[in-house]
Amino acid sequence: MAETIDDKIKNYRTAPFDARFPNTNQTRNCFQNYLDFHRCNKALSARDQDVSPCEWYQRVYKSLCPSSWVGKWDEQIENGSFPGKI
Amino acid sequence: MAHPTQLGFQDAASPVMEELLHFHDHALMIVFMISTLVLYIIVAMVTTKLTNKYILDSQEIEIIWTVLPALILILIALPSLRILYLMDEINDPHLTIKAIGHQWYWSYEYTDYEELGFDSYMIPTQDLASGQFRLLDTDHRMVVPIESPIRMLISAEDVLHSWAVPSLGVKMDAVPGRLNQAAFIASRPGVFYGQCSEICGANHSFMPIVVEAVPLEHFEKWSSLMLEDA
Repeated sequence: MAETIDDKIKNYRTAPFDARFPNTNQTRNCFQNYLDFHRCNKALSARDQDVSPCEWYQRVYKSLCPSSWVGKWDEQIENGSFPGKI
Repeated sequence: MAHPTQLGFQDAASPVMEELLHFHDHALMIVFMISTLVLYIIVAMVTTKLTNKYILDSQEIEIIWTVLPALILILIALPSLRILYLMDEINDPHLTIKAIGHQWYWSYEYTDYEELGFDSYMIPTQDLASGQFRLLDTDHRMVVPIESPIRMLISAEDVLHSWAVPSLGVKMDAVPGRLNQAAFIASRPGVFYGQCSEICGANHSFMPIVVEAVPLEHFEKWSSLMLEDA
């Protein structure tokens, strides 16, 4: 990519168009970015690498997902009852 | 907003709604012309003393009244499809706002930068200040910057609702567990009203939507103020 991930995070305006989710139903877009954030964190910290690139996914899911969903999922992750695979 | 005895659409506040308005004028004009023609023919048939008992077939008129309707339909379909594809274009939004339907109010979340969220309740009739609109005004308005593509993500917390603002040309169902995307651009500053458009219980008629479009600087001031108050 011409722009580094740090630049993209710094110039973040809102979640950009994602060609994987071109239609009206953006539910999966929100969920996928939430999953990707946690997976990114898990993968990078397992190798003792800097987790700051994962912030992109966090910015996107925070833009897209209703706060009540995020709150519920965070609680489920703490409880160990989160249904997604991280 | 709508005015009493209004028949047509509200004035458009977004480019898409303008297109829809003009298309509606075009289609309605065709419909009026056809209806007038048919009515004229009926009256002419019914009030004439002339009769002809020996008409069998006529190639010419059959061709005309097959080809002409086909042409008219194409004349309607082409602008219609143009607008359909226009509405489907990939846009690059500047701002994402979530509108979540509850029984019986909307809550708005602006979470691109900070976590701004607030509820928007209808102002009860007995609490209206002078000049406010009955069943339409709310305590908090959804403020947006003008001339910026906005991405709306609509959902619901309990039952089905629908987020609609006619002058912006937006209506999108609010479904629990689902996130529906709609987009608009507010072409001019103003206050635009809408009402919940899916039956959702006792106070379905009493959870309106108010969008206030302002210049960007005013929007930034408003969002800082709202964050402080929260």
